[in-house]
Amino acid sequence: MSFEVFGIVAHTKESKAEEFVNYLEQGRVMGTRCKGCDAAYFPPQVDCPRCLASEVEWFEITGIGKLITYSLVHYGPAGFEDMTPYIVALANFGEGIKVFAVLSSDIHEQEIKPGMLLRVVPVRLSGNRISYELQAVE
Amino acid sequence: MQMADVAIVGVGQSNFSRACGISIKELAFEAFKEAMDGLNIGNTEVEASIVCSSMYDPQRSPENPISEYLGLTPHPTFLIENACAASSTGLKVAWSFIKSGLYKVVAVIGVEKMSGQTSREVAERMGRMYDVTWESPFGLTMPSGYAMYARAHMAQYGTTEEQLAKVRVKNAYYSTKNPKATYRKALSLAEVLESMPIANPLKMLDSCANADGSSCMILAHKDVAKAICKIPIWIAGLGSASSPGMTKREEFASFNCARQAALQAYTMAGISPQDIDLAEVHDCFTIAEIMAYEDLEFAKPGEGPRLIDEKETYLEGKIPVNIDGGLLCKGHPIGATGGSQIRTIVLQLRGEGGEVQVKDAAIGLAHNIGGIGHYANVTILRR
Repeated sequence: MSFEVFGIVAHTKESKAEEFVNYLEQGRVMGTRCKGCDAAYFPPQVDCPRCLASEVEWFEITGIGKLITYSLVHYGPAGFEDMTPYIVALANFGEGIKVFAVLSSDIHEQEIKPGMLLRVVPVRLSGNRISYELQAVE
Repeated sequence: MQMADVAIVGVGQSNFSRACGISIKELAFEAFKEAMDGLNIGNTEVEASIVCSSMYDPQRSPENPISEYLGLTPHPTFLIENACAASSTGLKVAWSFIKSGLYKVVAVIGVEKMSGQTSREVAERMGRMYDVTWESPFGLTMPSGYAMYARAHMAQYGTTEEQLAKVRVKNAYYSTKNPKATYRKALSLAEVLESMPIANPLKMLDSCANADGSSCMILAHKDVAKAICKIPIWIAGLGSASSPGMTKREEFASFNCARQAALQAYTMAGISPQDIDLAEVHDCFTIAEIMAYEDLEFAKPGEGPRLIDEKETYLEGKIPVNIDGGLLCKGHPIGATGGSQIRTIVLQLRGEGGEVQVKDAAIGLAHNIGGIGHYANVTILRR
């Protein structure tokens, strides 16, 4: 699978990191770790800006993250008219890993507190598309 | 303070508006003509030009048709795209050209025509300023990016929506005195607070508007500056830095790149924040002005809201900020904005501030941000 099916609107069709989409299809959200210097990356990237190596191993983002900040979007860009309102959010999973995504629509704005616990989960979108979102940890 | 080698000898700006009804070449001409007005040189003596734009217009490589239209060919012309920070970046490049001895006189022309696209199309195009692989596919917009910073500032420091709204009230008040602003109407706190939500906690009136507009700065070497114009305004300090995408940042209530750029500019100018007589800051959203107070060290971290509460950034306050109406009221024609900010500072330092003249203004600062703190330029000017 290529990046063409990733997200509501995809602008990147080709990438050296397209294995990410295959893992996502299998239900796993993956980051990369540089084989040269051990630096971990999410979003994944196969080239390392720290040591300039280009060999990585993939690892799953399985832990629990904490919400850093968020915003409920009322006015979406072209392509997102039918999705609003939606909540964009950033969560810290520790060890240098932060995840930016939308929050699950199960979470209402008034329930949100910075620091709330989240996990990152693959989701199917309409039109055979695929993405990931942040869901509350019960 | 260090002696400066490069001066701004001319500034100009078109009217900013929601729809200018003319072409980008004609729009650029308006600012250029005003900047050249009264100078003792003709356009053939402008040795190079730098056009600054994010190209919302269909024209690609706009530097060529624009330089031809302004009578600047066959001199070299270049394009700078640096999101909303383009024209202050253009100023820095022009400064380098002159400082290096390559050219004596350089024009920096910012231009943007956004009215050819719908607001949703512009939002989509602006959203592609983020990483298009990992950020844009989630529907991240400019307002929601700044809204995430507003939420973080509120959580960290207890900042309120009312304090944010006070920034718009101030800038709207001053916009009534700027004939070139898109919006020239005073607003009450209630009007701002009751405006339509865009990306919580930011509302319509916490946000600047897309606009059409142009700006122009003519820079010259010190050997010729005094012969070209009556009052050269000297470039005393320059600072620039960048920040990575959202997932690689450490702070969300401050822009690291803005703090770095400010520090560089203060150091180069040999001054401290207390020496600044007035500032133009990048208030694309109300929270951005509050963060600028702190990133420029006019206030300690978290104490930015107090400056607006106590009206310290009004004309009569400790440090007047955006007394031309700011981006919030002037409108934000992306590539032209930095040049418009610098024009306001130049006019003030020449004593041509009119109704909003800051008494004895000698040192001014412009803070121009691209994206959500992706790029930052801080420029310090002195009389």
